[in-house]
Amino acid sequence: MTRTDLNILIGGEAGQGLITIGQLLAKSLVRAGYSIVVTQSYQSRIRGGHNTFAIRVGLDEVIAPQESVDLLVALDRATVTLHRQDLSPNGLILVDESVDVSDDASLKVPYKQLAKDKFSNIASLGVAGALLGLEEKLVARTLHDLFGKKHPQVMEENRQVLEAAFRWCSGQPASIHKLAPIANPPQRLMMNGNEAIALSALSAGLKFLAFYPMTPSTSICLNLAGHAGQMGLIVEQAEDEIAAINMAIGASFAGAPSMVATSGGGFALMAEGVSLAAMTETPVVIVVSQRPGPATGLPTRTEQGDLEFVLHAGHGEFPRAVFAPGTVEECFHLTRRAFELAELYQGPMFLLTDQFLADSYRAVMPFDVENLPPVSVSTEAVGSSPYKRFAITENGVSPRLLPGMSEHLIVADSDEHTEDGHITEDLSVRRQMVEKRLRKGRGFRAEVIPPDMEGQDKSDLLMVSWGSSKGPVKEAASRLRSGGQRVATLHFSQVWPLMPEQFMGHLEAARQVVCVEINATGQLARLIRRETGFQIKKKVLQYDGLPLTPESILRGLMTIL
Amino acid sequence: MVTIDDYGHYDTAWCPGCGNFSILKAVKQALVASQLEPHEVLFVSGIGQAAKAPHYLNANRFNGLHGRSLPVATGAKLANPKLTVIVESGDGCNYGEGGNHFLAALRRNIDVTLLVHNNQVYGLTKGQASPTSAEGFVTKAQPEGVTLRSFNPIAVAVAMQAGFVARGFSGMIDHLSGLIQQGIAHRGFSLIDVLQPCVSFNKVNTFAWYKDRCDPLPPAYDPTDWEAAMKVARQWEDKIPIGIIYRNDLLPFEEHFPVLSQGPLVGRNVDRVKLKRIMEGYG
Repeated sequence: MTRTDLNILIGGEAGQGLITIGQLLAKSLVRAGYSIVVTQSYQSRIRGGHNTFAIRVGLDEVIAPQESVDLLVALDRATVTLHRQDLSPNGLILVDESVDVSDDASLKVPYKQLAKDKFSNIASLGVAGALLGLEEKLVARTLHDLFGKKHPQVMEENRQVLEAAFRWCSGQPASIHKLAPIANPPQRLMMNGNEAIALSALSAGLKFLAFYPMTPSTSICLNLAGHAGQMGLIVEQAEDEIAAINMAIGASFAGAPSMVATSGGGFALMAEGVSLAAMTETPVVIVVSQRPGPATGLPTRTEQGDLEFVLHAGHGEFPRAVFAPGTVEECFHLTRRAFELAELYQGPMFLLTDQFLADSYRAVMPFDVENLPPVSVSTEAVGSSPYKRFAITENGVSPRLLPGMSEHLIVADSDEHTEDGHITEDLSVRRQMVEKRLRKGRGFRAEVIPPDMEGQDKSDLLMVSWGSSKGPVKEAASRLRSGGQRVATLHFSQVWPLMPEQFMGHLEAARQVVCVEINATGQLARLIRRETGFQIKKKVLQYDGLPLTPESILRGLMTIL
Repeated sequence: MVTIDDYGHYDTAWCPGCGNFSILKAVKQALVASQLEPHEVLFVSGIGQAAKAPHYLNANRFNGLHGRSLPVATGAKLANPKLTVIVESGDGCNYGEGGNHFLAALRRNIDVTLLVHNNQVYGLTKGQASPTSAEGFVTKAQPEGVTLRSFNPIAVAVAMQAGFVARGFSGMIDHLSGLIQQGIAHRGFSLIDVLQPCVSFNKVNTFAWYKDRCDPLPPAYDPTDWEAAMKVARQWEDKIPIGIIYRNDLLPFEEHFPVLSQGPLVGRNVDRVKLKRIMEGYG
């Protein structure tokens, strides 16, 4: 008998290489044609502690993490203690034979026989891969792609360990955790949310990124730094987040499509710069990867606590759009969208993601990067001279020229300014300029991505969610539907502006509406009420730093319904 | 042929007698002497009376946030290395609010000229102490006198071996103009700290006070001698040395980026073949 859906949890201390094993196993599964959802849980430390790398794998598309564990790959004793309770009825614990565990569910592996100490990770990879029914040569090829080119000697030793692990497994009772094989697996990518954001930014024509490292946004910046030379962009580690956003504004003012990426605390420092980008009408894409606050909070965990913050950050009034991707694919498509809007409407645009999605590897179909065009930076020549950078127009968008690219002079000011960019205290000009800037919002309000409605309108229960909780909420709904209940979901991947006509009908038609969010106060529910008057009274709120799972949502629903 | 008139003549919002007038004149003279067309130059400023200066001449201008002109200038220079980028702002903006950016700019050595109007007091907010105010300087905010030690930008810049470190005086326009011209010509970061009176809020460091003390360095002075420069940088007594105090020829920051050897970043294509290869790396 083979399996169609399994959950694997690899646990150990920081520094034991569990992320490497996890990535290799996940990549092997993707190459074999399976769908995956990875959840990484780690502590804010470089060595020790307890970290996990969970891979939910399925023949059909999997969209959410799962709590019960079918295969527990324990790299230390603590992993067994901490996760034994999560083991499913037929679950198996893979653990070194020296670990003192007397448990029927454990498979004691003689790692020391299979591998020299520093290669014991590869032995665990081999044993797990073999039990899942992966082909040895596929795992070996994945391993080779990671180590082979740089370290042929290491690769050879790895290959021998892998072979020994597979051989050892063949002498064990038949695995009950073999996945049904997939013939002719499709070519897919294994990518996490942050990698998709970085790839998308390159595709959109990003030419300048400044950053100050902050978990969980850092990997976006490191990824782009790694590709900067060959893709012709500048990546600069700034002295602080204030410098980062001001550098991005300066670069964008001079014509380079620009981005910053940070998390809540760093974004707090950027707030004045957000306002500057709006006032000087300078395009900039701002990625805020959320983690639990206030202050330093839980640096390596997840939360959706900064919706209201990002919505309101920056003094004064100006239009903005906020995208909140729910999947890795959406990370790609919505980052491009943010770049397009930033250039088109000349101002700050936001991408709001979180640690769960940032680090969550998925199997995705390749993107059409060969045909998707980069954003075009407006450099159109204008008739009237002298040039007016902030010319009053019907849609609020002024023709944009760049300094040094023509004989026209470009003047921008953080003070209120005249059409030609000079500081003014003429209060009638002030009124005109406020209205001009706000008119730009009308343009992108007409193009808001509608929330994704799944299920019937006349449902007994409508679950409302946003951002990275998309998969868990949909799966929870699907499980309830399998139980015969009429459940629908309404998911927002663009959380601002909200266009009530796009979703009010759904809210009003449902017998019961529940908002599901990873925060303690229900920020989307509050926003919907503010914008529409519709009050979502019931909420499933989780704020322990962990991502939502279908199980945690169902438990939450039980307590309120 | 670029002339003073190309840089325009504007009404200003400064107090009569302000040192800013002379600095503005020196800046225009330096731009003309450098034969730079207005559209080749970008002025970036912050907030303060000094930060208004770029509004009073013709050039590209970005008047940003208090303290943040150096990062904006850094970004602009990296996006278009052909621009001559000059930051013009005051002592509060650069040494107070923007102190971290000042330190980073000294280390980064990007080819930007920083012109600091240093009148040792806050003008725009009406007379509070600035980072360069002398100890004991009495203001409404510091009624018992300033107790913090005065910030010495020249000593800090020389200690960090910044590319070009100079001090000028608004009362010596031609001398100052020469410093600005050399700062613009220098490939790398240039700091020009300009001493100037504030006629409204600094009754101690007046025009006469500076005039009595400012003393051009002798022709024999060697600004490439770092140890000598450290000594000169700390002189602030009866004589205050002005001129180029230190310079070196370290590689400018932007020259570390091969991509910039082809000029501005705007209009560059995305190499979609390479991009596809990057994407396939995830396969």
